[in-house]
Amino acid sequence: MKPVSELELAQMIRAATGPLRIVGGGARGFGPQPKGDLLQTGGLSGISLYEPGALTIVAGAGTPLTEVEAALAAEGQRLPFEVPDLRALLGREGASTIGGVVAANASGPRRIQAGACRDSLIGVRFVDGSGTVVKNGGRVMKNVTGYDLVKLMAGAHGTLGVLTEVAFKVLPRPEVEATLVKSDLTPEQAVQAMAAALGSPFQVTGAGYVAGQLRLRIEGMAGSVAYRTSALGKLLGAGWDVAEAGQSAALWAELRDVNPLVGQAGAVWRVSVKPSDMPKVLALVGTDTVCDWGGGLIWARVPEEGDVMAGALRGLLAQIGGHATLLRASDETYARVPAFQPEPPELAVLAAGLRARFDPRGLLNPGLMG
Amino acid sequence: MEMPKSDAAIVAQKPAIVAALQEVLPADAVIFDEAEVRAYECDALTAYRCPPLAAVLPRSTAEVAAVLRICHQMGVPVVPRGAGTSLAGGALPTGDCVILGVARMNEVLETDYPNRFIRVQSGRTNLSVTGAVEEDGFFYAPDPSSQLACAIAGNIAMNSGGAHCLKYGVTTNNLLGVTMVQMDGTVLNIGGAHLDAGGLDLLGVICGSEGQLGVVTEATLRILPKPEGALPVLIGFDSNEVAGACVSDIIKAGVLPVAIEFMDRPCIEATEAFAKAGYPMCEALLIIEVEGSKQEIDEQLALIIEIANRHNPVELRRAADEDQAKRIWLGRKSAFGAMGQINDYMCLDGTIPVSSLPYVLRRIGEMSKEYGLGVGNVFHAGDGNMHPLILYNANEPGELEKCEAFGADILKLCVEVGGCLTGEHGVGIEKRDLMKVQFAPEDMEAQLWVKDVFDPKWLLNAAKVFPLDVTASRRG
Repeated sequence: MKPVSELELAQMIRAATGPLRIVGGGARGFGPQPKGDLLQTGGLSGISLYEPGALTIVAGAGTPLTEVEAALAAEGQRLPFEVPDLRALLGREGASTIGGVVAANASGPRRIQAGACRDSLIGVRFVDGSGTVVKNGGRVMKNVTGYDLVKLMAGAHGTLGVLTEVAFKVLPRPEVEATLVKSDLTPEQAVQAMAAALGSPFQVTGAGYVAGQLRLRIEGMAGSVAYRTSALGKLLGAGWDVAEAGQSAALWAELRDVNPLVGQAGAVWRVSVKPSDMPKVLALVGTDTVCDWGGGLIWARVPEEGDVMAGALRGLLAQIGGHATLLRASDETYARVPAFQPEPPELAVLAAGLRARFDPRGLLNPGLMG
Repeated sequence: MEMPKSDAAIVAQKPAIVAALQEVLPADAVIFDEAEVRAYECDALTAYRCPPLAAVLPRSTAEVAAVLRICHQMGVPVVPRGAGTSLAGGALPTGDCVILGVARMNEVLETDYPNRFIRVQSGRTNLSVTGAVEEDGFFYAPDPSSQLACAIAGNIAMNSGGAHCLKYGVTTNNLLGVTMVQMDGTVLNIGGAHLDAGGLDLLGVICGSEGQLGVVTEATLRILPKPEGALPVLIGFDSNEVAGACVSDIIKAGVLPVAIEFMDRPCIEATEAFAKAGYPMCEALLIIEVEGSKQEIDEQLALIIEIANRHNPVELRRAADEDQAKRIWLGRKSAFGAMGQINDYMCLDGTIPVSSLPYVLRRIGEMSKEYGLGVGNVFHAGDGNMHPLILYNANEPGELEKCEAFGADILKLCVEVGGCLTGEHGVGIEKRDLMKVQFAPEDMEAQLWVKDVFDPKWLLNAAKVFPLDVTASRRG
């Protein structure tokens, strides 16, 4: 099924008698292959409104991400949250849609400074599991009218409704970027340096650590970037190299898309923790990792055997706080290990209650999130 | 604005309710004397008042949970209250309710600079959160103008903004986690020092739910390193259209100021008479503030001034130092007080797409003549969050109603041009009956489902946000 209008989508959902597998571009789905009829949103495509002077863009959920990014780039603007391209990591080939980005709350290195996808999202339209069209939020960036279902839909992986239209606050693209780089750091040293950088007034927009190498990004107007890069280097002490322009951008594209873990067998975890807890997680999962968000986001590759360390990892997170998502694994592994971190019972009951109302027949990607 | 009638059966149970509350709280934390409960009869929307049945002032999450369990068992409605500064009537009681005030819960529980967060009890005031970390070079970004008095609990309930949210976002973008007690006494811990939800983003829907889903007792808030410096520039124009075009051009040029404030002529005149900040007499005035290192400030201000000059400003003042910066901000910060000197006023906060600014201001001017009520406009122009201040005389019979009708027409206009009823104050009772202008029945129904899940008996602040006829069957 590939509806070309919201109305048609609503009719299809109303008429559906069994589970629906909702797919945008097929570029970032994960977890066990959901059962059900394929429902593609790619027909709900097109930018319906873009006002550069108001920093807002509205597009159909099936609009290719590349189309949105190109329209913004033509006006010197961008999505603030730096969308990762996980196709190589996940072994997928589709073209990412903007609705899929929202459904996954997909957010890259700039999340620490500019917020996640959910923070830039200002409006949604969706069709719920009963086939009813619902709108929430709008096209203005300050809006507290009624409950914020916009946030609830971001990261819901289509389980509360099928997105048809999304609206974002966007930001100007900075004039230049530069990255401070230093190699051969232990996880403890890396976490300390990232905390010092992110606690400085120099507006660091990326703080990542891969294969012992620490990277700190600064963006803005040319004179200011030159000053802040130098000031941050002085604050952190000797031994830092500076990568500029395309060289800097390449470092962040590699980290954003988790390239170091691409092309190697094994299961992949995505772990969100308090940044200073990064060394504890690395001590457990090993160093085949990519760390982002000042240490707060860890992509880890582990051997595909047993419970792929789910028990130990999620046990640790139950003590220190955070969550781990199993992003890549075989169907056999997913049969034993849930993709999403199981929630405490008092929260699980609320999530189940919301799903029961937004999707009373249990049609939308059933079982994907729990 | 109508409120539901008190349930006589609950009011009749008052002695039993008070006795049950006194069993779980210290004596000084339960207020039930008819004269004393009057302290809680209204919030900053003072036109509406109703003394509650009782008020409680717990000191811990455990005490909040105990109070809610009792009220849940006895079927007593509860209205949570932060500092009582809501302009929308968010903490307005009903006669049969218990006010649950968190004002005594104001401790800092944890400060963590390496991870850039602070954990506080929710009764702590907004400004004192920054106060707890500023000596170490950090601040809490959301800055509602009531920040000296307003509580974090209320900020979370209303998803409060402020003048600087163009750069730093509003409360929801700076909230990492909460401890919240549901109406049945269940204590929830959601989020924390890590980023983003592992499952559904419950924190995202709790923030801005106006105290209808639970009582937030603790909050983990993101703190940020203070910028090296900040400086404003003041620019006067001879028309609103030109000022609006200038804002749009600045944003399109790739500058992101921390604040772009806009004042129109009636507001400038009132402010000058009151605060004597030395503002130029013109049709529209912009205060644009940028921040960062000296280089960054210089680069940004140079670009802003270059763009402004293309629009033939009647006045352009670049603050050279802290002192001049203060003078530029003085008038803006006194604007509400200045309007209050002239008369009573009602402050609206609809948001509009920035491109509609000139049209909306022109229509407000026309409506002002039709209603015969003065109006001054001061607002956050970068994000389209308007603050029309309608002047009226509360002692003149019928003026409040006329003012409310004028306000409703302005908010309908905001929705008509693609905006919304409220950008940062919340719906409360003030905009409750206008929700149908912005939302279709299905849009509201989906929101009510969330309340059904968190508070199935509809006992928490239930007469707010949604029109009473929409929620009547649920409220019982």
